[in-house]
Amino acid sequence: MSDSQDTNSGQSLYEKLGGEAAVNAAVDIFYRKVLADHRINRFFDNSDMEKQAAKQKAFLTMAFGGPNNYNGQDMRNAHAHLVKMGLNASHFDAVMEHLGATLTELNVPQELIAQAAAIAESTRNDVLGK
Amino acid sequence: MRSITIGESTFSCQPDETVLETLLRENIQVPNGCRQGLCQACLMRSLDNPPPVSAQVGLKDTLQKQNYFLACVCHPEQDMTVALPNQQGASIEAAVIKKQRLTPDIVHLVLEYQTEFNFFAGQFVNLKRPDGLTRSYSIANIPHHKKILEFHIRRLPNGQFSSWVYDELELGAELTISEAQGSCHYLPGRAEQPLLLVGTGSGLAPLYGIIADALAQEHSGPIHLFHGSRDLNGLYFIDEMRELAEEFDNFYYTPCLSGEDIESDHARGRAHDIALSSIETLNGWRVFLCGHPEMVNQTKRMAFMKGASMADIYADAFHVIQEKK
Repeated sequence: MSDSQDTNSGQSLYEKLGGEAAVNAAVDIFYRKVLADHRINRFFDNSDMEKQAAKQKAFLTMAFGGPNNYNGQDMRNAHAHLVKMGLNASHFDAVMEHLGATLTELNVPQELIAQAAAIAESTRNDVLGK
Repeated sequence: MRSITIGESTFSCQPDETVLETLLRENIQVPNGCRQGLCQACLMRSLDNPPPVSAQVGLKDTLQKQNYFLACVCHPEQDMTVALPNQQGASIEAAVIKKQRLTPDIVHLVLEYQTEFNFFAGQFVNLKRPDGLTRSYSIANIPHHKKILEFHIRRLPNGQFSSWVYDELELGAELTISEAQGSCHYLPGRAEQPLLLVGTGSGLAPLYGIIADALAQEHSGPIHLFHGSRDLNGLYFIDEMRELAEEFDNFYYTPCLSGEDIESDHARGRAHDIALSSIETLNGWRVFLCGHPEMVNQTKRMAFMKGASMADIYADAFHVIQEKK
């Protein structure tokens, strides 16, 4: 899953987006959007904001095509309690919206946003326990 | 081959192994999660040498400074002695040299120690009395040649430890002190950054230390302190803080009272509400929050939403230990 080499230029999506520095720039913006969204913020309402932010960072690193140990089963287990709380496709869509908006705010070209969105989209069934 | 020492045991770290892999292979229980340096579940601390910088990526700067690292991405560059965050290091003895009532509810306790002791103002220690009863209190002063530690101790209703400090602890008595802990403290660098400090009750203790530290290290940006309490008994050091504001042009002090029907000229309302409504944006600010857990957690979120970066928010929630009947 960590292999996201772009055969055209030899540079990975992660490198094109700016690597870890880009993730760091994105994480506060993304997390702020998620917390401000009344449709989904109850799923992110954790009193330990540092831990929650670290999870957002892991998610963004993966969506950016960065190094990750993505494991579908772990993802299912981690979200199972949220599915019980009612997590469904509309909430997943809202998060995708914020991912796109965050990258747009950071002036990332549309074609790279589409690639990141496609990676994030690939986790949908695992996150929703389908 | 590098060796890893934890507690009484020493293991060798195979080439290409991380500290986490070595410890798990040796059946040492270390919490862990993502194993890629992100979730911070495997946070550990190096007790002798600074850990590799690459194993500290993403940690709060104050934790980096205290040699914390992530075991899952740590390939040792030299032999290491490590501990889990909850493993206590050596403790020291200290004697009471001053005990002064600041308000009916808060006492100023000053202890003197003889041995070497490292701390940052704003960190906390566990104070242990001879029978073993232990409570955490924040350090209100910066390291000093006089080798003293200052605490502001609030008397809690039915508080076993705080009542004992009030009623029985005498000058000259000895207490055992754990090593200093916590990541809510000042670090030099970015001297021009505006600072916001919000505290309730004896939450002023760590903030007082942090302010003293910032001023001693010539912090040049504005420093805004909002100290709140429900009633006048929880507000203390008012004259001291006003004098400090006279002395330093960049220090601003706002005492706040949230209780009703109190005659006073202090700002009316809860300290964090007054603080946040008086500041347009916290983008680029460094924020310190100490005191009531609800205030701390609420304000952390509000400050973040108002533009403060997660990495720039330092918090210490004072949880009250429920006394056993």
